[in-house]
Amino acid sequence: MSAHDHLDGQLPHEPEKATLEARNKILGFWIFLGAETVLFGTLFSAFLALRHNIGDGPTANELFQLPMVFAATMLLLTSSLTSVFAVQSLHHHKKNAMVGWLVVTIVLGLCFLGLEIYEFWHYVHEGHGFTTSAFSSSFYTLVGFHGAHVAFGVLWISLIIGQIFKKGLTVVTAPKVYISAIYWHFIDVVWVFIFTVVYLMGKVGG
Amino acid sequence: MKRLLPLLTGLVLLLSACGREDLSTLNPQGPVAEKQLDLMKLSIGIMALVVVVVFAICIYVLIRFRRRSGDKSIPKQVEGNHTLEIIWTVIPLVLLLILGVPTIKDVFGLAKDYSKDKNAVQVRVTAHQYWWEFEYTGYGIKTAQELVVPTDKTISFELVGADVKHSFWIPAIGGKMDTNPGVTNRMYLEFPKEGVFRGKCAELCGPSHALMDFKAKAVSPASFDRWVAAMKAPAVMPADAEIAEKFTSQCLTCHAVGENGGNSAPNLTGVGSRQTIGGILYNDTTSVEKNIHDWVTDPQKYKSGAMMPKAVENDLTQEQVSAIAKYLAEYKLDY
Amino acid sequence: MAAHGHTVKRYTGLMDWLTTVDHKKIGILYMIAGLFFFLIGGLEAVVIRVQLMKPMNDVVSSDTFNELITMHGTTMIFLAAMPLLFALMNAVIPLQIGARDVAFPFLNSLGFWTFFFGGVLLNLSWFAGTVPDAGWTSYVPLAGPTYNSGHGVDYYVIGLQIAGIGTLLGGINFMATIINMRAPGLSFMRLPMFTWTIFITSALIVFAFPALTVGLVALMFDRLFHANFFEVANGGNEVLWEHIFWVFGHPEVYILIVPAFGVISEVVSTFSRKRLFGYSSMVFATVLIAFLGFMVWAHHMFTTGLGPVANGLFSIATMLIAVPTGVKIFNWLFTLWGGSIRFTTASLFAIGFIPTFVMGGVTGVMLASAPADYQYHDTYFVVAHFHYVIVGGLIFGIFSGLHYWWPKMFGRMLNETLGKITFWTFFIGFHLTFFIQHFLGLLGMPRRVYTYLDGQGFNNMNFISTIGAFLMGIGTIAFLLNIFITWSKPRNAAADAWEDGRSLEWSIPSPPPEYNFKQTPLVRGYDAWWKEKMEGKTAMTPAEPVGSIHMPSPSILPLIMSLGLFIAGFGFMYDRLIVGGLGLLITFACMILRSLYDDHGFHIEPEDQDEGVHA
Repeated sequence: MSAHDHLDGQLPHEPEKATLEARNKILGFWIFLGAETVLFGTLFSAFLALRHNIGDGPTANELFQLPMVFAATMLLLTSSLTSVFAVQSLHHHKKNAMVGWLVVTIVLGLCFLGLEIYEFWHYVHEGHGFTTSAFSSSFYTLVGFHGAHVAFGVLWISLIIGQIFKKGLTVVTAPKVYISAIYWHFIDVVWVFIFTVVYLMGKVGG
Repeated sequence: MKRLLPLLTGLVLLLSACGREDLSTLNPQGPVAEKQLDLMKLSIGIMALVVVVVFAICIYVLIRFRRRSGDKSIPKQVEGNHTLEIIWTVIPLVLLLILGVPTIKDVFGLAKDYSKDKNAVQVRVTAHQYWWEFEYTGYGIKTAQELVVPTDKTISFELVGADVKHSFWIPAIGGKMDTNPGVTNRMYLEFPKEGVFRGKCAELCGPSHALMDFKAKAVSPASFDRWVAAMKAPAVMPADAEIAEKFTSQCLTCHAVGENGGNSAPNLTGVGSRQTIGGILYNDTTSVEKNIHDWVTDPQKYKSGAMMPKAVENDLTQEQVSAIAKYLAEYKLDY
Repeated sequence: MAAHGHTVKRYTGLMDWLTTVDHKKIGILYMIAGLFFFLIGGLEAVVIRVQLMKPMNDVVSSDTFNELITMHGTTMIFLAAMPLLFALMNAVIPLQIGARDVAFPFLNSLGFWTFFFGGVLLNLSWFAGTVPDAGWTSYVPLAGPTYNSGHGVDYYVIGLQIAGIGTLLGGINFMATIINMRAPGLSFMRLPMFTWTIFITSALIVFAFPALTVGLVALMFDRLFHANFFEVANGGNEVLWEHIFWVFGHPEVYILIVPAFGVISEVVSTFSRKRLFGYSSMVFATVLIAFLGFMVWAHHMFTTGLGPVANGLFSIATMLIAVPTGVKIFNWLFTLWGGSIRFTTASLFAIGFIPTFVMGGVTGVMLASAPADYQYHDTYFVVAHFHYVIVGGLIFGIFSGLHYWWPKMFGRMLNETLGKITFWTFFIGFHLTFFIQHFLGLLGMPRRVYTYLDGQGFNNMNFISTIGAFLMGIGTIAFLLNIFITWSKPRNAAADAWEDGRSLEWSIPSPPPEYNFKQTPLVRGYDAWWKEKMEGKTAMTPAEPVGSIHMPSPSILPLIMSLGLFIAGFGFMYDRLIVGGLGLLITFACMILRSLYDDHGFHIEPEDQDEGVHA
C-alpha cells in the first residue's frame, strides 16, 4: 500500500504503476482529460458558431497560411513521437535516454510555441486582433487555450526533468513522466482537431 | 392532512377565480392559448393521476407499516420484483406517449409561418428597455405600447430585441416568444374576441423588467381599418406655436407623432386614446392628462432605468409640461 | 516500514483545520461553509419574499431586488447546495467503501479552499457595492459589458470560476476514489446506493463543469478584455451563451438531485429495516437519468426560437427522464412496503421528500411539453417547479442526510424533538411558499419581477407565499438551535447509531478514528454490515492483519494556492494586472513546491491505533 515499498528494491517493469498512489494519479489524470475534452469541445463549438462573423476583419481564407501551420503540426506530431520514446526508455529504466527524449520533446514544443507566437503577431498586423470580431475572439481563445496548454506542458516537463536529475528514476518520479506524456499526447490530439476545424475548414470553407 | 392543506388552499383559490380574463393563461381568449390550455389540462390530468397513486401508496405504507414500539422483528428482505418493475416502467411510457403525441402536433402547429400570408397582418415587434415598438410592415405605420389588431385576421409577428433580451407574452392570447438581439423570431397569434389584453415582458431585462407591460387591443375589422387610416393621417401638432416648437425640439428628437420625429422612443401618435401611459399608468383610474404630466415630469419615478430625461433636465418648465400633457391627452384617434 | 517513518509536523487547533487533508474534517469544513452560505441565501430569499408580500411594495429598490435574486440563486446552488453535498460525500464515501481516505487527500483540501475563496469573492460584491444583477443564469447582453458596466457580473464570473475549480477537483477525486479505493470484495454492484449516486454525480461534474468554465471565460474576456463572443454589434451571438450555460446548467441540476436520491435510498432502507427494493434497477435508473441529463438542455430554451424540430426533440427527450425517475419513486415506496418504519427526523425528511419530489417531477413533465411551456416559461410556475425539485428534493435530502449521518460525523445524536420541529415547520412552510406559486404563474405573473401592479389577482397568493417563507426560516433556525444544543452534549453515539445501519460506515466508531478502519474490511455482499450482523457477528471480517497505517501529511499549500487565485481574481477584475499576475504566481509557486517536495506522509503504528487520534 505504501508509496515506499519499491524504493529500495529493483524498479518493476512499469514503475509508473507500481504504487496505489501512482495508479490513482494515472486514473485521476485520465478523468481530468475527460473534463479537458469537454472544455475544448465547448471552445470548438463556440468557434464554429462564430467563425463566419468576421466583422471588418480579414477572412480565414485570407489570413491562414497552411505551410506554416503544417510545419507547426509536424513539430507537435514529432514531439508526441519523442515522448513515446521517452516512456519506452522509462520502461527499460534507461534514465539518460529518457531525459534525452524529454528534452527533445520540450525543444519541439518550444519551436511550436515560437511559430504560434509569430503567427499571432503576423495576424495582428493583418488587422486580425483579439477584439476585431467574434471570429477573432473565438479564434484566439481556442488556439490560445491550446497554446497555453503547450506552454504549461513545457514548464511541467522541464520541472520533471529537474526532479529526475535530483531524485533519480523512482516509483515516485516515474508516474510523473508517464502522466506528462499522456498530457502531451492529449495536447497533440487537440491540435489535430484545431488544424482540421480551424485551419483546413477555414481555408476550404472560407 | 398537513400536506393537503396547501393543496386545498390552492384549489379553493383556483376555483374561486381562474384569474383575470385579460391576463390569465387559464382563461384563454384566443385559439393559440386555447390549444396550450388543452395541452396543460391533459398534462395536469395525467400528472394528477400519478400524484394520486403515489400519495395513496405513500399514505397507506406509512400507516400500515409504521414500527410499533418495542418491535424488534426483522422484515423480509425483498430484493425486488420484476413484474412490478416492468409495470412501473411501461405505464409511465404509455402516459408519456399520450402526452407526447399532441405535444409534437402542437409544436409544429404553433410554428406555422404566416410571414408570407397575404391575409395575415404582419407586425414587427421590437423590444426596448422598457417599452414595445410595433411596426405594421404591410401598412407602413408604427406605434408603441399598444398593439391594435383586427379580430378577423391572423397576426404574424416578427420579434427582435433592440438592446437586451426580452420576451413577448400576452398570456390570455398565447404563449411567449423571446425577442433576441441580432436574431429574428417568428410566431403567430389570433385575437377572435374584441377587447384589451395585458401583455408582459417575460425575460429579465433590467431594473424595470417588472413594469415592462403593454396592451393588445383587438378591434373589429372596420375599426382596425379606421385606426390604420387615422395613424396614416398627417400629424396633429400643438396649436400653440411656442409649445409646438418646444415639443418638436425637446420631444420629437426621440419620439414621433405621425410623420414627424425620431425613432428611438415610443411613437406618440394618438397617445391620448391609449389605455395606459408608460404601460403601467392606467388612464381609467387617473386622467390621461395627469398620467402624461406625471410621467413627463419624472419618468424614473415610475420606471427606474427609463432613458427619458426628467422634465427639468429636458429644459421644460411646469407650464410647458402641462401644455404638452394637455395636447397629448387630447391627441386621440377616432376608430 | 518503520525505517521510512518520517516526522511530520502535526498541527492542533485552528492550524489543524487550515491544513487538514483528512476527508472527515474537510467534510465538516464543507458543512460549516455550506450552512453559512445557506443562511446568507436564505436571508436573501426572505427579503425577496417581503418585497413581494404586497403590490407596489418598496422595501427594496428594483436594482437591489435584481441583485438579491441573482445572489440568492447563485449562492444557493453553487455555495450552499453543492458544498453541503460535498460535506456528505466527504464524510461518508470513504467510510462506505472501506477506505482510509480519498484518492487525492491534498486535492480534496484544495477543492474545499478554492470553493471557499470563490464563494467569499462572490459575496464580497455586497461590500464593494457592485453586485451581480443579471440573474443566476447571467444571460447576455444584460450581463455583457454594454448593458452591465459595473463590476457586479465580474464578481459572478470570477467567483464562480474559482469555486468551479474546486468542484471539478472534487468530482475527479471522488470518481477516482470510488473506482480505485474500494475494500476487497466491494464490487460495483455491491456499492451502497449513496456511493453509486456520488459516483454518477462526480461523472456529471467532470463532464458538465468545463462547459461552464468556457462560458465564464468567454464572458470574462468580453467584459474585461473587450472580446466579442456575445457582443451582438460585433458579430457575437447571445444564443450561444444560452446553449453553453444550459449544456452545463441542466446536468448541474442532476448533479444536485442525484446525491439526494442516494441519501433517500440509504435513509428509507435503514429506517424501514429493509433492503433497498430493486437495487439494480435503481442503479440503472440513476445512470440513465444522468445520461439523459446531457441531452435535454434546450428545454430551458423552448421560447428562444430554436424551431419546431429542436423543440419537439427536446420535449420528448425531457419527458423520457420521467420514466427512470418514476422507477426510483416506486422502488422507494416498495422499500417502505412491508418494512418496519421508524419515524426519526432523518426518515421524516426522506419520507417527506417522496411526495414532494413527485410533485416537482410531474410539473417537470408538464414543462417538458414545449407548446404548454410557451405559457409556463419564465413565470412563477417555473419558480415553483424548480423549488419543488431543489428545495423539496435536494434540501430535504440534505437535511435527511445531515440528521442521519450527524452521529457518524460528530459522535453526538441531534435532538429528535427539535429535529421534528425543524421538519414540520420547514415542510409546511415549504409547501405554503411554493405550491401557490404554480398558480401565480398560470395567472400571468412573470418571474424575476421586483413588484407587481395592484388588481391583477396576485396579491393574496403572494402574501400566503411570504408567510410560508417565514415558516421555512423558523425551521432553519430550529435546526441551528439543534446544532448548538447538541454541541454541549457528550460524545456518546454508538458505532451503529441508529441500530439498523446497513453499510460499512456503521461498523466503525462514531466518529471514526483518523484512519477510519484499523483493518480494511472484507466485503461479502450488498449491505455488508447488515449481512455480518444478521450472521451474528459484531464486527466486519478483516481483509488484512493489524499493521502500520500510512497517512498523508497535512499541508497549508491548498489554502495558499486558493488565496493566490482569490488575489488574482481581484487583480484582473480591477485591471491591476500586476496584482493578478502576482496572485497567479503564488498559485503556480505552490504547485511547483508540491511537485518538488514529495509527501512521504507518516505512519500510525499498531500500538498507537487503539488510543485513536479522533477526528
